[in-house]
Amino acid sequence: MNDNELLMGAKSGDRRNLSKLLSRIESGKFTFQKDSNVWALGVTGPPGVGKSTLIGKLIEQWTNAGEKVAVLAVDPSSPVSGGAILGDRLRMSNSDIGESVFVRSLATRNYPGGIIPKISDMINLFSYCGWSRIIIETVGSGQSEIGIIAFADRILLVDGPDRGDIIQAEKAGIMEMADIIVVNKSDLPRAKVTADLIIESLSLDSRDLVPVLLTSALENKGINDLVSCLDSLIPDKSRKNLRIRQILLSHWNSLAISNPRFEKIILDASDGIMSISESISSLMELLHEEAKS
Amino acid sequence: MRIVVAKVGLDGHDRGAKVISRALRNAGHEVIYTGIRKTPHEIVRIIIDEDAEALGISTLSGAHDTLIPKICEILRNEDLNDLIVFAGGIIPERDREAIYNCGVRAIFGPGTNTNSIFDFLNESIKRKESGDFVGVGENLGWHWIDE
Ligand SMILES: Nc1nc2c(ncn2[C@@H]2O[C@H](COP(=O)(O)OP(=O)(O)OP(=O)(O)O)[C@@H](O)[C@H]2O)c(=O)[nH]1
Ligand SMILES: [Mg+2]
Repeated sequence: MNDNELLMGAKSGDRRNLSKLLSRIESGKFTFQKDSNVWALGVTGPPGVGKSTLIGKLIEQWTNAGEKVAVLAVDPSSPVSGGAILGDRLRMSNSDIGESVFVRSLATRNYPGGIIPKISDMINLFSYCGWSRIIIETVGSGQSEIGIIAFADRILLVDGPDRGDIIQAEKAGIMEMADIIVVNKSDLPRAKVTADLIIESLSLDSRDLVPVLLTSALENKGINDLVSCLDSLIPDKSRKNLRIRQILLSHWNSLAISNPRFEKIILDASDGIMSISESISSLMELLHEEAKS
Repeated sequence: MRIVVAKVGLDGHDRGAKVISRALRNAGHEVIYTGIRKTPHEIVRIIIDEDAEALGISTLSGAHDTLIPKICEILRNEDLNDLIVFAGGIIPERDREAIYNCGVRAIFGPGTNTNSIFDFLNESIKRKESGDFVGVGENLGWHWIDE
């Protein structure tokens, strides 16, 4: 089947055609920029705070309300082998039944040109094919992950009850991008304290309007509030600039990482064949070449 | 390759599946691990949504003789004939013929060297590229023999 046939099939609800097209986008053989009325939510936060479990609960609520929910679960590739274990399905109970859920895992792998430009094509494709709630999950650890989240015009930041990790992560720019902040695992002690710490830190930046909610994905508490908060959220136009900045930065980042000669530069620098400033120059040259090609 | 690793059976022991997933990852594959207690239909659904090229089924609890044929049947019904299917875990010698007859192309016992799995996958890709049968719904007659 050619791309057009696949697209027609996907639009009329054929999952396999949609799945094939996603693969074609991923491998750079198909692009899709048609921008329909996209509803996309980025979910990020430190490892293990319960993002996937929480998304499982959102899926439940939204599918019950008649929405079609697509999840793009982005996991890092191993920098050494390029391989990845994509395991987010583990926690999203119910995600593999019912016609109105589609979960696709994606590795931030070492494609030439990086994964960044492909994410928005995938989101647009989902939307074009009738998926009314599109969720992108990443572990908010690095620049490229933040950039991926920034494709969504609604951003949910999830933290756990322990340390208020996200306040520490402020410098990475995640916190200022969040439209809603959730402290999950509210069934555990210290969740409330963490929420208060976050609220205090937001007020220092005069961002008191960002809602901070407590949820327990495990005990199904606070989910209704979160859903209504998300449903009534109006994307913040003034943060567009911030989001585009993150997208561009992380694209820049992934261009470097996905370039096969990047590793060579690292090796040469660590073997002392090149000085650090020489290696910076050759990195710049490399990116310049890639931009021209 | 994009490979779905599925654990079938009701027991919650998925160490084997995790070891295999890790080894495949380290060899540069993208592994989608399904987690425990998925039904055959859910597993097939994951394969479709993830557009996987191969499925590794891990089994311990003696569920292989019903669940593996069931999965293979659904795969064929869904027209996923070219999917490469292999199995690992505890599958007694006397049951193996029946499993191969479902279109499973390799069975790896406990303690298999993971290199055999890589060799099998490489061989399968080669066969696929040269048009030889290797998928779950394609002609039988070839399966991997592990030394
Ligand atoms: N006590 C408690 N545990 C939870 C809650 N939500 C999730 N968990 C547990 O936290 C662990 C991690 O959950 P995940 O949903 O995989 O977390 P995640 O943030 O998606 O993890 P990564 O994707 O690996 O970063 C699991 O053992 C969950 O069962 C909660 O509300 N309360
Ligand atoms: Mg997760």
